[in-house]
Amino acid sequence: MANTLFDKVWDAHVVRKVKEGPDVLFIDRHFIHEVTSPVAFLGLESRGNDVVYPEKTFATADHNTPTINQHLPVEDPLSANQLDALERNAKKYGISHWGLGDKNNGIVHVVGPENGITLPGATIVCGDSHTSTHGAFGAIAFGIGTSEVEMVLSTQCIMQPKPKSLRININGSLGVGVTPKDVALYIISKLTTSGATGYFVEYAGDVFTNMSMEGRMTVCNLSIEMGARGGMIAPDEKTYDYIKGRALAPKGKDWEKAMEYWSTLFSEADAEFDLELSFDAAEIEPMITYGTNPGMGIGVSKSIPNSDPSDSGATSYKKSLAYMNFDEGESMLGKEIDFVFLGSCTNGRIEDFRAFCNIIKGRKKAANVTAWLVPGSHKVVDQIKEEGLDKIIDSAGFVLREPGCSACLAMNDDKIPSGKLSVSTSNRNFEGRQGPGSRTLLASPLVAAASAVSGVVTDPRTLLN
Amino acid sequence: MAYDKFNVLTSTAYPLPIENVDTDQIIPARFLKATERVGFGDNFFRDWRYNQDGTPKTEFPLNKEIYAGSKILVGGKNFGSGSSREHAAWSVYDFGLRCVISSFFADIFRNNCLNVGVLPVQVSSGFADQLFDAILADPKTEIKVDLPNQTVTLVATGASESFEINTYKKDNMLNGFDDIDYLKNIEDEISAFAKTRPF
Repeated sequence: MANTLFDKVWDAHVVRKVKEGPDVLFIDRHFIHEVTSPVAFLGLESRGNDVVYPEKTFATADHNTPTINQHLPVEDPLSANQLDALERNAKKYGISHWGLGDKNNGIVHVVGPENGITLPGATIVCGDSHTSTHGAFGAIAFGIGTSEVEMVLSTQCIMQPKPKSLRININGSLGVGVTPKDVALYIISKLTTSGATGYFVEYAGDVFTNMSMEGRMTVCNLSIEMGARGGMIAPDEKTYDYIKGRALAPKGKDWEKAMEYWSTLFSEADAEFDLELSFDAAEIEPMITYGTNPGMGIGVSKSIPNSDPSDSGATSYKKSLAYMNFDEGESMLGKEIDFVFLGSCTNGRIEDFRAFCNIIKGRKKAANVTAWLVPGSHKVVDQIKEEGLDKIIDSAGFVLREPGCSACLAMNDDKIPSGKLSVSTSNRNFEGRQGPGSRTLLASPLVAAASAVSGVVTDPRTLLN
Repeated sequence: MAYDKFNVLTSTAYPLPIENVDTDQIIPARFLKATERVGFGDNFFRDWRYNQDGTPKTEFPLNKEIYAGSKILVGGKNFGSGSSREHAAWSVYDFGLRCVISSFFADIFRNNCLNVGVLPVQVSSGFADQLFDAILADPKTEIKVDLPNQTVTLVATGASESFEINTYKKDNMLNGFDDIDYLKNIEDEISAFAKTRPF
């Protein structure tokens, strides 16, 4: 049987197949951050093991870090302790470490690609479920638990059964104001948060071919939210252009050799997938979520669906709406909001800031809105300044913060207060995700910007410059 | 991380018939700041167990005295969705549970459970409903999880269903082994493989 892109990359990394068990999978690139790695290093030490390939692991601090005054000591002693542990462990084992203030520092899934660490055909893991982001380059990338972090440190392998394959095809052209984030939220709303569980996704079709690398990263990032282990897109000229010349990308002869291999990374025309789904690009609107999981999304102009009493999930659905303080049938447009968050590994890249600025340019932040604009990395900050977007942000009454995971997960100082409603470009709207009692509406940078200047949930198509 | 062997477990169970329970509910992110694996049981389902002033929510099943000491949790469909945080699986174990039963598990959570000694048992939604009904009718309902025979049984009625687990993971659970033990044993094979990787 002809191979899929996923088969080609997976099979090239199988050290051995365990009888009636998982595959032993070799890992090319391993990212670590301060939250899910300390216990792995403890485990490593308690067993008397060493880090076997320190040059294949990359450490960056992101989850706990403050997004203002990063030059000052971190106030929260528990966060400071984890950040210290990351630095200490990296130093002890000879792992490269981009700590707070380092020019390469930023969110792990932003800095990996920026520095040429993320490559097509590689296996990439990190103790973070949004590792699926790196699949945008035609890599197999997925999140792992701390036990597996320890496995990679001490053996460079993990043990996983090979997932089933799912191809999602979207052809046609996206409408005005419809971004990669909307494409992903649309797919998740159709599949639900468990619809792709057990599968590894390949995204194919015009929409993804025409998408920028930043956009592809946003889509692959959200693969986990439909339950998939990861998602990937076959590398093409855009991929190579993005990687070429990056600090740690292959150079000279190595580049030529790599290109030769990368050009073989696509699903054969007659490759068979365990499941194949197709959607029409024209059906996709700017999206927004109304509930407490990313599958509870609708077009921003639509009303909250009515529950189906015959559905086994009806109780959970009502619980979710009760938490959000929303009613069935209500319109999302016009709901007064309190916070806007632009950033995260989902939407913290330069293109996201360009989109946000397109809407806020010449307008003012609404008085009732607190906005946190958090670039994904220092390189994104530099690019924002180079393009003069910082001036647009400033004139519109917004403030640019320093890089980090910020309000995506309420592990640092950026927490949405209880009961407050936030339009967020991040990836999860779970209960309390942005702070205990916080209420999250997931949306694109365009919807976030339109809502930030209006003070209420707003369709960006009415404000596009 | 060593854990106790798992063979046959007979216990009452906590019922949690809610769908899409995500790992941010199992253990909220603000409790992930430890650098050691201690105390995660205290914050298991923190925001569903406690009000913001720290008082317990007495109606939440995990707080009900009648289920106290159960080693099994029966959860709703798509249990453990969301983050890859193994802390979620640790908190299950540290709370005193050895087994989670659901009609559907999120992938990474299931894997993390197997790595830390918590047995994820996937049953049909019909059987999950039977379990919920039985527990809600009688909180002292006992469930027997038999790993060697891969069966889960309602002790009172004998209603039973088999569950899937691959032989390798099953042997690990029965013996308290983990993947690192296996991988360290094939180190030479791995280093030979590593030499063939281009980057």
